[in-house]
Amino acid sequence: MRTRLRRWSLVLSAAALLSFPLASWAQLTMYDIDKRIDMESHVGNITGHAKDGKADYRRYCVVCHGPLGDGNGESFPWVDPKPRDFQLGVFKCRSTPTGTLPTDEDLFDTIARGLDRSNMPQWSTFTKQQRADLVAWVKHFSPRWATEKPGTPIQIPPEPEVTADRIRAGRDVFARVQCWKCHGVLGQANGPSAATLTDDLGRPIAAFNFTEGARPKCGDTDRDIYRIFMTGLDGTPMPSYADNIKPDEAWDLVFYLRTLMSQHSKEKEMAKQLNLKPVDPNAPAGQQ
Amino acid sequence: MSMWMKFRRGQVSSLVASFFLVVLLIVTASPSADALPAFARKYGLRCSACHESWPMLNYFGQKFKDNGYQLMNDRDAPIWQSPGYWPVTFRMTPIWHRVSTGKVLVDTYSAGNATPTGSTIQRITTSGFDLSGLDFHTGGTLEKNFSFYLLPSSDPTGAFHFESVFARLDNLFGTPWLNVKMGKFELDNLLSEKRILTLTGNGGIYQIYHFIPVGDGNIFGQMGDNQLGVEVMGHSWDDRTRYSASLLSSNDGTSQLPYGNAYTGFFTASQAFDTGRAGVQRIGGYAMIGEAPTTWLTSGGASSYILGSGIGNKGFSREGFFGQFYFGQHIDLQVVTQHGQDSAWFGQGYGDVIDGVSSVNNTTGTTLPAGSRAPTWNGVLFEPHYVYSPQLIFIGRYETIRMSQQSTPGTPTNLGNISTYTVGYRYNPFMTSRAGFAWHNEYNWLHQDGTGPTLGLSNPNINTSEVLIGFDFDF
Repeated sequence: MRTRLRRWSLVLSAAALLSFPLASWAQLTMYDIDKRIDMESHVGNITGHAKDGKADYRRYCVVCHGPLGDGNGESFPWVDPKPRDFQLGVFKCRSTPTGTLPTDEDLFDTIARGLDRSNMPQWSTFTKQQRADLVAWVKHFSPRWATEKPGTPIQIPPEPEVTADRIRAGRDVFARVQCWKCHGVLGQANGPSAATLTDDLGRPIAAFNFTEGARPKCGDTDRDIYRIFMTGLDGTPMPSYADNIKPDEAWDLVFYLRTLMSQHSKEKEMAKQLNLKPVDPNAPAGQQ
Repeated sequence: MSMWMKFRRGQVSSLVASFFLVVLLIVTASPSADALPAFARKYGLRCSACHESWPMLNYFGQKFKDNGYQLMNDRDAPIWQSPGYWPVTFRMTPIWHRVSTGKVLVDTYSAGNATPTGSTIQRITTSGFDLSGLDFHTGGTLEKNFSFYLLPSSDPTGAFHFESVFARLDNLFGTPWLNVKMGKFELDNLLSEKRILTLTGNGGIYQIYHFIPVGDGNIFGQMGDNQLGVEVMGHSWDDRTRYSASLLSSNDGTSQLPYGNAYTGFFTASQAFDTGRAGVQRIGGYAMIGEAPTTWLTSGGASSYILGSGIGNKGFSREGFFGQFYFGQHIDLQVVTQHGQDSAWFGQGYGDVIDGVSSVNNTTGTTLPAGSRAPTWNGVLFEPHYVYSPQLIFIGRYETIRMSQQSTPGTPTNLGNISTYTVGYRYNPFMTSRAGFAWHNEYNWLHQDGTGPTLGLSNPNINTSEVLIGFDFDF
């Protein structure tokens, strides 16, 4: 009995020792972070400097994202979705392929646009210089920027003309890649998988409800919607469909998604005239 | 060098050293600004997000207000809040202050005589502990794009009145360019007197928002007072461009229609510019153009005025420019100018007889004294700030108002001119979403030409000063 206890003690001690470096990686200290205080951002002809973003971060951002940028600010317990952990260097709104770092412009745009259906407001009152400085400050929290380059933005072909055939084709794509499993056949975020969704940190997360009138988190232009499902929302269950959907099909899907949204659109009008039915999850492939 | 001089020099050096030590302690003891803003309980933001220093708004806070106390992030409707959420704040300020008023007419007594035997002019200085009134702020949204504000406010004795009450329809037709509110509200002054950073009697208001020439009977053109009416305002998505137009009852915010059927318009427009590292600069203009009664019907005698019976409307106007200039993250300068004009009737003392501001009534056949003119004046206000951090702000202000034309020819040209300056600082040792607290220190000095008692003097000037120390808190 005593030997067994000793053995377990040894195993636990070894596990604790082994996990120490992982724990220290997960929780960077101010000392680790300050080493990257010279971080810069480049947006157009503006250069942002991390040290110049510090004051604005303390004034506007620290309450949610925390002094260490780990998303553990004083409002953390009260806000949902939880604030982003900048130390991980994982961001939802990117123009770059899944798994890669976003460009400086991506972060720059996110600050001004805010994130609908979250506590992140639109910081559109900042000057461009302020936003560029904040981008540099956000980057300086994560060691990823010291070792990796941002991904190359995906190519988005010019938007074609909306036609009835394209809307029907978009419905087929919606069925084929099984968007309905999370978003529901009517886009009401009530698909069979919706209740089980969690983010990468294991926290429950809701699928986007197209019918509520809310704006998609990463922008609400047609190009933004195209970009969202072709790059995925890293850190969430929303994957990139770049390998499953061809660029032309992606535009078809954008047009179909517009028909699900409550906002008035040309696509919605056309779907009404077509008497377009929702996807049938039980229909054989290609027979929607 | 004498021992006394050495002592004095040593004492002065110690005082200077102590002063800098105190400043150093305050500056270095300011913790990183871990504070939360008003409405933070709803949105999880800190006070400093919306306030340059509480209660003065910064640009983001102004946008929040212009959106109807909404962040426009789909969490604005109260349905998103815990049922226990109550959007309310109490604010009150216990203070110690010392007020010194020059040239007060004082009775004199001869020995053994209980009745005054003469008069003299002397300075009166009073000091002691005191209280502000209680402000009971509640505001927010009733539903997405339906916002409200309600502010019952008391004087220090606890007598309440409604300082502000309005409901607002926000983003009508889905555009931020059209918002409508009705009720009693602060005029769209971007340098807001209701969010002023100073508290003394003369420094706690903007003189330029309240100026009335000596002997003038028009109380209705006070831009600093909350007014009753309807306001249409709009702004661009990022609030860089703003406009507002208000139609107000000419009653200086007094309910129950005590004056008459007269209206005033208040208009503003401004544009902000991105100037890189310096910040966002804003310039704009405003105009207040209105009419107010000078004639009152009576019943039962010449001084028995019938409430609400005012007619004989005469005009007045206030117009000017304002600027909000930022020089990096720590220094800014707020500027307001004004050119004001009242009808000659007001200048001759006709106007508000209801409150006794005027004692003359413009009844049938009344004529103005020969040569009477419309009084006009010009003023300017400068208010620089040094924002060390959201928790520590140093405030300065200089205002001057100069009469450019007196109503009565021959009146000294400088009668009623005002010059005033205020300096102070506010230190917030903490800020949370639950409460705010400021250690407030301030000094104000005000000079007015020719309004002192004329006991053997010709238009004597008056200087008043006030020093104030207080705890300004809300929760």
